[in-house]
Amino acid sequence: MTALFFLVFAALAVFCAINLVVQTHPIASALSLIGVMGSLAVLYLQLGGEFIAAAQVIVYAGAIMVLFVFVIMLLNAGAEAATFQVSRIVKYFGALLLAAFLGLVSFIIQGALPRSDGVIFGAFQGTTLDVGRKLFTTYLLPFEVTSVLILIAIVGAIVLARKEV
Amino acid sequence: MLNAAVPLSWYLILSAILFALGVAGFIFRRNIITVFMSIELMLNAVNLSFVTFSYQFRQVDGHIYSFFVMVVAAAEAAVGLAIILTVFKNRSTLMIDEVNSMKY
Repeated sequence: MTALFFLVFAALAVFCAINLVVQTHPIASALSLIGVMGSLAVLYLQLGGEFIAAAQVIVYAGAIMVLFVFVIMLLNAGAEAATFQVSRIVKYFGALLLAAFLGLVSFIIQGALPRSDGVIFGAFQGTTLDVGRKLFTTYLLPFEVTSVLILIAIVGAIVLARKEV
Repeated sequence: MLNAAVPLSWYLILSAILFALGVAGFIFRRNIITVFMSIELMLNAVNLSFVTFSYQFRQVDGHIYSFFVMVVAAAEAAVGLAIILTVFKNRSTLMIDEVNSMKY
């Protein structure tokens, strides 16, 4: 079952990622990105990251992508015009080279990683309790710094997007 | 075969594939919003690596790192989209080729 789930959602993620890159309309790309994030949330759950899977759906697919779609709608962004012409042969050759590169990278990763037992669902559960405990003890300082970062982001976004007076 | 455990390297290979696709989108797209979404795709790919290694070492540290990546991505999205809005207000275009006055 684990392998079946992995294959289905990995294929979905790769398909959506390719769709993101090849689509010319930003809304289609945004919907593909939501598909990638949803499938990755399933894979996180499989790896025992229940908190991070929930955060992926709520923060990424929920908050960030809504912001993206909102801006696309606000700017009324249409399909992208081709600014430079690329021949069909170059496009396919590029895709082929990318595939070859990825094959090489996969081979290297496969060889570099020590043999392990593989992922079994439920073998490791990084529960929200564990994550929270570690976040508020070991990683307390980075967590507090994060709040300063978000404050800066809020002020920056307001300053940048405000109406000139 | 479908009941067998998934090798850990498959997750890392998937992460590499998603990252490479994000780089390709970042380089070849002309729409500034799509370029921005490609960056988000790369961040997601890195998050998958973090969670995979977290499983390998049976520690939740990787989850916390990817949580921080999410927070940074949210902050980056807010500021970046505000910049895109400002660029569009001043230039009335979203094509990165046409926003090139710093080059000359």
